[in-house]
Amino acid sequence: MSKILVIAEHLDGKLNSSTARAVSAAVAVKPDAVDVLVLADNVATLAAEAAKIDGVSRVLTVERAENAHPLAAVLAPQIAKAAADYSHVFAPSTTFGKDVTPRVAALLGVAQVSDVMSVESAHTFKRPIYAGNAIVTVEAEPSHTVVATVRTASWPAASAGANSAPVEALALDVTLPSHTRYVGLQSGKSDRPDLQSASKVVSGGRGVGSKENFDIIFKLADKLGAAVGASRAAVDAGYVPSDLQVGQTGKIIAPELYMAIGISGAIQHLTGIKDAGTIVAINKDGEAPIFEIADFGLVGDLFKIIPELEQALG
Amino acid sequence: MKILVGYKRVVDYNVRIQVKSDGTGVVTDGVKLSANPFDDIALEEALRLREKGIAEEVVVVGIGPADLTAHLRNGLAMGANRAIHVTTTDAVQPLTAARAFLKLVEKEQPGLVLLGKQAIDDDANQTGQMLAALWDRPQATFASKVEIADGKATVTREVDAGLETIEVELPAVVTSDLRLNEPRFIKLPDIMKAKSKPIDVVELASLGVDSGDHLKTTHYAAPAKRSKGVMVKDAAELVAALKQKGLL
Ligand SMILES: Cc1cc2nc3c(=O)[nH]c(=O)nc-3n(C[C@H](O)[C@H](O)[C@H](O)COP(=O)(O)OP(=O)(O)OC[C@H]3O[C@@H](n4cnc5c(N)ncnc54)[C@H](O)[C@@H]3O)c2cc1C
Ligand SMILES: Cc1cc2nc3c(=O)[nH]c(=O)nc-3n(C[C@H](O)[C@H](O)[C@H](O)COP(=O)(O)OP(=O)(O)OC[C@H]3O[C@@H](n4cnc5c(N)ncnc54)[C@H](O)[C@@H]3O)c2cc1C
Repeated sequence: MSKILVIAEHLDGKLNSSTARAVSAAVAVKPDAVDVLVLADNVATLAAEAAKIDGVSRVLTVERAENAHPLAAVLAPQIAKAAADYSHVFAPSTTFGKDVTPRVAALLGVAQVSDVMSVESAHTFKRPIYAGNAIVTVEAEPSHTVVATVRTASWPAASAGANSAPVEALALDVTLPSHTRYVGLQSGKSDRPDLQSASKVVSGGRGVGSKENFDIIFKLADKLGAAVGASRAAVDAGYVPSDLQVGQTGKIIAPELYMAIGISGAIQHLTGIKDAGTIVAINKDGEAPIFEIADFGLVGDLFKIIPELEQALG
Repeated sequence: MKILVGYKRVVDYNVRIQVKSDGTGVVTDGVKLSANPFDDIALEEALRLREKGIAEEVVVVGIGPADLTAHLRNGLAMGANRAIHVTTTDAVQPLTAARAFLKLVEKEQPGLVLLGKQAIDDDANQTGQMLAALWDRPQATFASKVEIADGKATVTREVDAGLETIEVELPAVVTSDLRLNEPRFIKLPDIMKAKSKPIDVVELASLGVDSGDHLKTTHYAAPAKRSKGVMVKDAAELVAALKQKGLL
């Protein structure tokens, strides 16, 4: 009998769509129950949101002032305690899940399966290694709790609306450490769609040339209603903040449309876009590796092509 | 303060990994091996803390087979004071690596453990967090800036939402992200000097570490390939193609 606990990710009082993606992966195990755990300083609206996600059996909440910010050292002991009744603990493989989940696994004394791409059975999963250049099938020990992070780009968000799962407050008797304190978040928030869940993404690379030039990428994105992404080279050069980086060590995304502009197509970048629906590459070098995987390639100077694109879009 | 640095050897990031046709692994024979890029960054950060007078000693740690010595010498040439080589011929999973690090931490009593946020072979991204849990100490993962003063580290972390800053009491585990620093190049005279620096060798089995290796890898496969698409001649043709696919 399997019962899965999914750890909810949230920011500013809203659930992150990664939560519903982790629920999809949990449902694929065909368990007897999928419960969502909400840890926050203010749980009511988050719990109500989670209760609507299809496939969720129950929403469990832990409301504590210490849970105001996602500090792994504070959350992990609570999750480990709550995990006692479950065969599996799933969290999204976002920076939130990557930070807290291994800490939970270690507290439980079990291995972790990172970045689950597909569920083969309750204890067998596929995951990428070597920047996605190999896919391994791994078997977790059946007598242990399975602790896993879910590669969000591999899973659609479970739909929401039809469900109304019961919400229950959990009383967990755990002492929390005070050795870790939250100071602040400098967020590159904008009105643009969120890079991780957007259906269209326009990314710029080193070829864009400067922070000022990057405006041309932002403008095109706005015209398309797209999120903006970037290669590591563009982030390193200071054109855009680090949270826009796409790739092995940045965000792994699966938009319906991905436009790579002035990006050469290094394997570390391609890892981040393998699951994109349609990839468009614009590059002045016809030999750039990005053209090997692009569905539509256009060779030319981006500073000439982008204005033409905008014109063609009307 | 003493700093322990994880210094793992991995297949070089420029190598295009090939999966063996029988699905039993990836081809590693004759493939170039290098330090995990994140570990070079972790080591660089430790060396800078020593240069600032915040740390006195930097110790690099490698867990792996006997021929890891040359790799550890590179860490010494970069500037570490000494190395610890935990020997094993087995593949080591993150929980086992974390348990081995814990034993070394108990013996060495470092004020800071710096690891890479992930190793670029298995991309597990677990070891630092697991060590922090077992040690019952703070963790600051994905660090892009580390400031140490008054027994605390103030760490800026690269998270999905932007840059988060947290404050952790020492000792603690910090894992490096790419933009923490740019590692120095090793100079020839340093390679000579490194030859006389000590490498302590201990067997993994002698540390009394339970194996946490409970994940069995049963099959390796090449990823689904994206096929090469079509080249369009100009912006108008591109827009028409995307419209036809219903993407615009
Ligand atoms: C451990 C590790 C992790 C990494 N993780 C990531 C990651 O997560 N994400 C990532 O992106 N990279 C990552 N990298 C870096 C990666 O290897 C590449 O260096 C990087 O992706 C290159 O970025 P780029 O394509 O923008 O730059 P370049 O490779 O320099 O390519 C620029 C391209 O722009 C084109 N160009 C120039 N001018 C114009 C113009 N006017 N019009 C049209 N085209 C033009 C050029 O032809 C060229 O193809 C990682 C590297 C390492 C070692
Ligand atoms: C010869 C050989 C063959 C292997 N074959 C396989 C295999 O087939 N399948 C498999 O799953 N694993 C295999 N491994 C083990 C694997 O390479 C990793 O050591 C292990 O899975 C840990 O995962 P990770 O490095 O991705 O951990 P991460 O959590 O991503 O590592 C983060 C950080 O922890 C530190 N760290 C982790 N491990 C070490 C180490 N050994 N020495 C020093 N610092 C370390 C580093 O600072 C690193 O940056 C093999 C190892 C060896 C030596």
